[in-house]
Amino acid sequence: MVLRLLKYGLRSDYPVTGDIPVTPTLKPAYDVVIIGAGGHGLACAHYLSKYHGIHDVAVLDKGWLAGGNTARNTTTIRSNYITPQGIAFYKEGVTLYEAMSEELDFNVMFSQRGQLTFAHSEATLRSFHLRAETGRHMGIGIEVVDQKGVEALCPHLNMDYGGALEVLGGLWHPDGGTARHDAVAWGYAAQAARRGVEIHQRTEVTAIEVAGGRVQAVVTNRGRIAAGQVMIACGGMNYDMALKAGVELPIRCYPLQAMVTQPVKPWLHTLVSSVSLHTYLVQSSRGEMVIGGGSDPYQLYSTRSTLDMKEHLAEGAVHLFPFLKNLRLLRQWAGITDMTPDYSPIMGESPVDGLWLDCGWGTWGFKATPVAGKRMAECIATGRVPEILQPFALERFERFALLNEMGATAASH
Amino acid sequence: MTRLDAPFGSRIDRSRPISFSFEGQRFTGYEGDTIASALAASGQWMLSRSFKYHRPRGAFSMAGAEANTLVQVGSEPNLAADLTPLAEGMVVSAQNVNGSLARDRDAVMDRLGRFMPVGFYYRTFMGPTRKAWLKWWEPLIRAKAGLGMVDLAARPDGFDKSHLHCDILVVGAGPAGLAAAIEAAEAGADVILGDESPDLGGRLTYAPEAEVDLTALVARAEALPALRIMTGTVCNGWFEDNWLPLIRGKALHRCRAREVILATGGIEQPAVFRGNDLPGILTGGAVRRLIRHYGVRPGTRSVILAGTPDGLGAAEDLLDVGTRIAALVLPRDLPGHAERIGRLRSAGAEILTGRIEAARGGTHVEAVQVGGRWIDCDLVAVSVGHAPSWQLPCQAGARLGYDDATCRFSLDLARDGLHLAGSVAGHASTSAVIADGRRAAMAALRALDIDAGNVSPCQDLELALAHCALPLNPHPKGRDFVDFDEDLQVKDIVNAVREGYRELELVKRFSTVGMGPSQGRHSALATARIVAAATGRSVAETGVTTARPPVGPETLGALAGHGHVEERRTALHARHLEAGAEMRPVGAWWRPYLYGRGDRVERITEEVRAVREGAGLLDVSTLGKLEVRGPDAGAFLDRLYTMAHANQPVGKVRYCLMLNEMAAVIDDGVAFRMADDVFYVTATTGAVARVYADMALWNAQWRIRVDVANLTAAFSGLNITGPKARDVLQALSSDIDFSPAGFPYLEGRIGVVAGIPVRVMRIGFTGELSYELHCPSSHAPALWDAVMAAGAPLGLRPYGLEASRILRLEKGHILIGQDTDALTSPDELGFGWAVSKKKAFFVGKRALEMRRRLGESRRLVGLIFEPGTEAPGESCLVLRGGEPVGHVTSVAHSPTLGRVIALAYTHVEDAAPGTEVTIRARSGKLVTGRVAGHAFVDPENRRQEI
Repeated sequence: MVLRLLKYGLRSDYPVTGDIPVTPTLKPAYDVVIIGAGGHGLACAHYLSKYHGIHDVAVLDKGWLAGGNTARNTTTIRSNYITPQGIAFYKEGVTLYEAMSEELDFNVMFSQRGQLTFAHSEATLRSFHLRAETGRHMGIGIEVVDQKGVEALCPHLNMDYGGALEVLGGLWHPDGGTARHDAVAWGYAAQAARRGVEIHQRTEVTAIEVAGGRVQAVVTNRGRIAAGQVMIACGGMNYDMALKAGVELPIRCYPLQAMVTQPVKPWLHTLVSSVSLHTYLVQSSRGEMVIGGGSDPYQLYSTRSTLDMKEHLAEGAVHLFPFLKNLRLLRQWAGITDMTPDYSPIMGESPVDGLWLDCGWGTWGFKATPVAGKRMAECIATGRVPEILQPFALERFERFALLNEMGATAASH
Repeated sequence: MTRLDAPFGSRIDRSRPISFSFEGQRFTGYEGDTIASALAASGQWMLSRSFKYHRPRGAFSMAGAEANTLVQVGSEPNLAADLTPLAEGMVVSAQNVNGSLARDRDAVMDRLGRFMPVGFYYRTFMGPTRKAWLKWWEPLIRAKAGLGMVDLAARPDGFDKSHLHCDILVVGAGPAGLAAAIEAAEAGADVILGDESPDLGGRLTYAPEAEVDLTALVARAEALPALRIMTGTVCNGWFEDNWLPLIRGKALHRCRAREVILATGGIEQPAVFRGNDLPGILTGGAVRRLIRHYGVRPGTRSVILAGTPDGLGAAEDLLDVGTRIAALVLPRDLPGHAERIGRLRSAGAEILTGRIEAARGGTHVEAVQVGGRWIDCDLVAVSVGHAPSWQLPCQAGARLGYDDATCRFSLDLARDGLHLAGSVAGHASTSAVIADGRRAAMAALRALDIDAGNVSPCQDLELALAHCALPLNPHPKGRDFVDFDEDLQVKDIVNAVREGYRELELVKRFSTVGMGPSQGRHSALATARIVAAATGRSVAETGVTTARPPVGPETLGALAGHGHVEERRTALHARHLEAGAEMRPVGAWWRPYLYGRGDRVERITEEVRAVREGAGLLDVSTLGKLEVRGPDAGAFLDRLYTMAHANQPVGKVRYCLMLNEMAAVIDDGVAFRMADDVFYVTATTGAVARVYADMALWNAQWRIRVDVANLTAAFSGLNITGPKARDVLQALSSDIDFSPAGFPYLEGRIGVVAGIPVRVMRIGFTGELSYELHCPSSHAPALWDAVMAAGAPLGLRPYGLEASRILRLEKGHILIGQDTDALTSPDELGFGWAVSKKKAFFVGKRALEMRRRLGESRRLVGLIFEPGTEAPGESCLVLRGGEPVGHVTSVAHSPTLGRVIALAYTHVEDAAPGTEVTIRARSGKLVTGRVAGHAFVDPENRRQEI
C-alpha cells in the first residue's frame, strides 16, 4: 500500500524543488543557534547565510516549521506607526517586502492594496493626524481623509449608524498590505537551507548555558549544542526562553484571537480597521474575510479561543458592513503575544554576551519579519547593533526611553 | 419525478407543495424538504462547480459535510443545500460558475489541472517585473477566488441572543443522546437535548432497527417536563467551563451547562478513487436519508461499495424502492452477513470483491470500474465507515487517535464535567450505543450528586465490522480526490510531502487540504494516511487533525446579535434639547456641543463671554463619580493617587492625579472628603470604567478595609461658573452658607439646595468662581430648573462642550488623553506640585523617581500665536533643528485674548516663557508660537479663588 501510493505519486511529472530538507542529525556545535523557526528566525538565517557568509547555523523549533505566531497572525504589513524610530524601522520592513518574492524566488504574494483605519471620534481623528504628520515627516505614504475620502476608498462601509459610531474620517496608508505568511517563512527556510543552514523541527530548547557572562550552549531534547552566538526569536515563549539564560524581559503574554469566514467573491480590496470597534477586516486572495481585533484582556499562555471574542469581533464587523450578517464563519484561533510596556519590540543585545534578543513582538511581528531578520543578522555577523535597531534595545526600559506605539497597535496589527 | 410514497419521506408533507427556482428554472418540492432533496427529486443532482477545477458537484453526504452543496439563496452566500429547509419562493443559484452551472466557461480549468500542481502559485505569477504581481497576476487570482457573493445592499436582521442554563446539556439526539437525556431527566436533572436535525433519533430515523421503537422513545422524551428539546439546533463549539453556543436559525443561545454529554455520532467517510467526486456518488447514509427522510429514489441502477454492513442496509433500502443493484462491491469479507448478501444476489446484484478503481460520467456518474471492468450505473453508494465527530471533543482538549491495525479511531477526553457517549466514544451497535448513553448520563448525574444506578456493559456485536480500511486508490491519471472543497488529489498531498512539508500541519498549509468549508471532515483521515505512508510513519505518529471552533458554519449575524450601539444620555438630556442644544457624541455619551442656532463661532464666543463676565451652567453629569468608603478610605486613595488624602480634613476637596506603574498620567479628578471614612471621587468621563475596575483590582490585592461604589449614573452634576455664580446660588433656598468665608475654594459641603439633597464642591475648570452641585439623577432636572430660574435675572446661561474646552484651555487646564499620551509623566506637565514628596508609596512612585533621576526630555507648554499667523492644527509637529520633538495637543482661538492659543510638547530646553517654537502647520508651512505660562487667563488665580 505504502509503496504503491508512493509509486503513483512519483509517477506524475511534478518537478520537485525540495523546499524544506528533512531534519538532519544534530551536530555538537554551531557558529550560530537561532531558537525559534518562525519567520524572524528563518529570515535571520537567510540573511546570515546569503549576505554575511555565515552558514554554520542551526534554527531550532520545538514544533513544526513556522507553526507559532507566523502561522497564526493575520499578515498585516504597514509602517504607519507613531514614533519616528518605529516608522523608520517598519518602513524598511515594507521596502523589503516589496522585493521579497524576487529575493526568495518564492511568491509571497505581497499584496499592497492599502490600509484604511476609521475614526469614530474626535480623539481618534486627532491621533490619526499625529500619525500622518509624523509619517509624512518620515517619508511614508499616509494621509488623513475626511468622510468623503473614506467613502471613496471604501464604498461599502456603513458610515451612518449615527451617534457614537459615526465614521468621522480615516487614516489612509497606501503602503499597507498583506502577504502569505507561510510563504514568507518557507521562502526564507528554503533559501537558508540551500546555503547550508540546518532547520531542526521538533527540537525543544530546555536550557541555555551561560558561563562568565557569556552564552556557551543550548541544551535540547535531542542533545546539547555549543554555540558562540544564540538568538532568541520564539514569539509567545520569548519571556520563558530568555529566563533560561537568566534574563528577565519586561514582557507579559496575552492571547490574541482572529477568525476567518467562508470564501466569497472579492468585494473588499483594502485592509480596513476601526479603532473604536477594536476590529479589523481584510479579504484574503482566497476570498475569505479575515477578522481580528485587540488582545484578550488578561494574561494567559493558551491558544484557546473564546466565544466572547468571537461575538465581539462579529459585532464590530457587521457594524462596519451590515450585509456581512449573512456571511458564515469558518474558523477561529488564537496565538500568544509577547507584549512590551510600550508596544515596541526588544531587539539587539542582552545582558549575556553572545545572546541576542529578537523579542517583544506582541501583535506586530509579522510585518517586521524581513527587517528584523536582516538587521539581527547584521548584529550577529558584526557584533554591532545597527543604528536603526538601537532605539529598540532592552536597556531602553532602564533609561525610560520608551517608544510608545500603543495607539498604533491596539486595533490593527 | 422520483418521489416515493409513504412510509418513505418522514420529513416531507406532501400536502404542502413549495415552489422555488434554481438557476432560473422553476422547481417544486414539499414542506420539510431541503433544497438538495427537492432538486434531487426532480432529477437535478449537480449543485455547484468546484473551487479550482470547476468540476460538477452534487450532494455527497446529505449532512452538510462538504462544500459541494453550497449555493446562493437570494442575498445569502454559501448555504448548504442539503441542510437548508426549502421555503416558498426561494431563489437559489449555483456558485462559482462563469456563465451558468450547466455551461460553466471555467470548466476548462479541469483540463488545465496538470499545469496547476500543488503550491504552484508560490513558484509562478512573479514576472516579468516586480509590479506584475500587483498589476496583473493578483487581480487575475482575485477574480477567480471565493464561492458565493455577498449582497452589498442587503440589510439582514432578526438576529437574537439568549442565555440558557441547565444541569446537563446533551449534544446529539441519536440513540445515545436520546437515551442519555431520558435517563438524566427521569432522575430529576434539568436537561437540554440539542440536535441539528429537525427530528429526534439520529440514525434511527433513516436506518431503523427492529429492536428499537423510536416512536415510543421520542414520546417518552417529549413527555418529560425537565427535558428541554431543541431540534434544528447546532451546538457549534465547546469553550472553557462548559460554555457552549447553541444556534437555532438566527438565534444564538449561549448555554452554561454543569455537565455536558457529547453524543455527536460520526462522520461517514468517502472512498478515494478516480472520479469519486461525480454527482450521483453518495455515502450510504446519504442514500438512506434521501429515501427515508425525503422519499426520493436516488437512482435506477446502482453500485454499492460496502466496506461495512451499513452498505448492505443501503442496498436493501434501494431494493425496497425499486432501484436495481447492478453490483455490490465488497472490499473485504463481511462475516455473519452472508444471508443478507445472498438475498441481494438473488435480487440480481452481482457480488464483486475488490474495490472501485474509477468512476466516469459527464455531469453525473455513468459507470464505475471494478477489476478493470466498467459497470453502468447512475448511483454509487459508498459505505466505508465513520470517523467520530471529533470537533467538540477536540475543542475540549481530546486528541483524535487512529489505530492502523484495527482502523479504529479513539478520542481521549479526560475533563471533568464532560462525557462522550455512543458512537463518538467508539460504540457501534445500537444496543451498545444506547447503553453507553445511559452510562454517560449516570456519570453526569453522579457528578451532580444525584442518585444514579449502574448500567451493565453491553456486548457490542457490530464493533468488529464497523470500521474498515478507508479505500485509498490513487489513479495514475489523478482526479482521485482527497479533498472535494479544495480539489486536492492524492498526488497533491504526496508532492507536498516531497517538497519537505512533512508535518501534517505543513502539508495542510502548503496544499490547503482541510482548509475549505468542510474543515477536513472528509479529508483528514485520508490525508493523514497518505502523509504517514509518504513519511514512513504511522497515522498515530503523524496525527490526524486538530479542531478549532466553530464545528459548522455560523453567521456573523447570529454571533453579533442585535448589534445595539451603546448610547448614554444624562438626566438633563431633555433640558438641553428644550434649550436648543446641538448634541454631539462623546464616547457613548451625548453632550450639548453648544446652544442655539446660527453662526457657531458666535454662539460659542457668547457662551465663553457669559462665563467670563456673568455666569454659565454646564451639565457635568458624564463625569465619573466614585464613592470610596471604609476606615482605610484615605489610605486607599493615598496609594492610588499622587497627593496626600489620609490627612485631608473632612470638608476639603483635593485634586487627584493617577499614574500607572510607568509613572504615566492616566486620570485626574477631585476627592471630596465627606466624612472620615467617605470620599466622593470624580474621574474623567472616558476613564471611569477603567478607574473603577482598577480600584476593584487594587482593593482585592491590598485587602484593606474599603469598598468602592460607582455612582456615575446615579448622580448628576451641574457646574455653575462665572463671577456671578455665587449670586445665583445665594438666590436659591439652601442650608449651605455660600459666602466667601463660609465656603472657601477647594472645600465641599453636603446640604440642600432648592429642596434637593446635594453635595457641592468649590472647584473650577474654567478659571472662574465655580461650584459643582451633584445630586441624585432623579432630582437633576428639578435642580437644573431651579438654578436656571434663580439665575435668569443674573444672566445665567447654559454653555456647551466647545465653550468648556476653550475656557479650560484659556486657563491652561489639561485634558487627560488629549494633552497626555501613554507615557506623559507629571513632571512633563509641570505637575510636580500634585505629587506628594512624603508618601512612602503610591502607584507609579518608583518609576517616577527613576524618571526624575534620568531627567525628562519634553515639556507640555502653553503657546500663543500672533494674530495673522496660520493656526496649527492639533497634532501638528513641533520641530527643533528640523526634527520632531513634540506635537500640539490642544488648539483654540481664545475669545478672551483674541489670539490662537495652544498646548504643545516642546523640548524641555524650549519650555521657558518667551521661547519661540517652530511648528509645521497642516499646510506644511512652518509657523512660530511663543511659550506662555500654563494659564493664559488669570495666571494668579484671582478669579477662581474670589
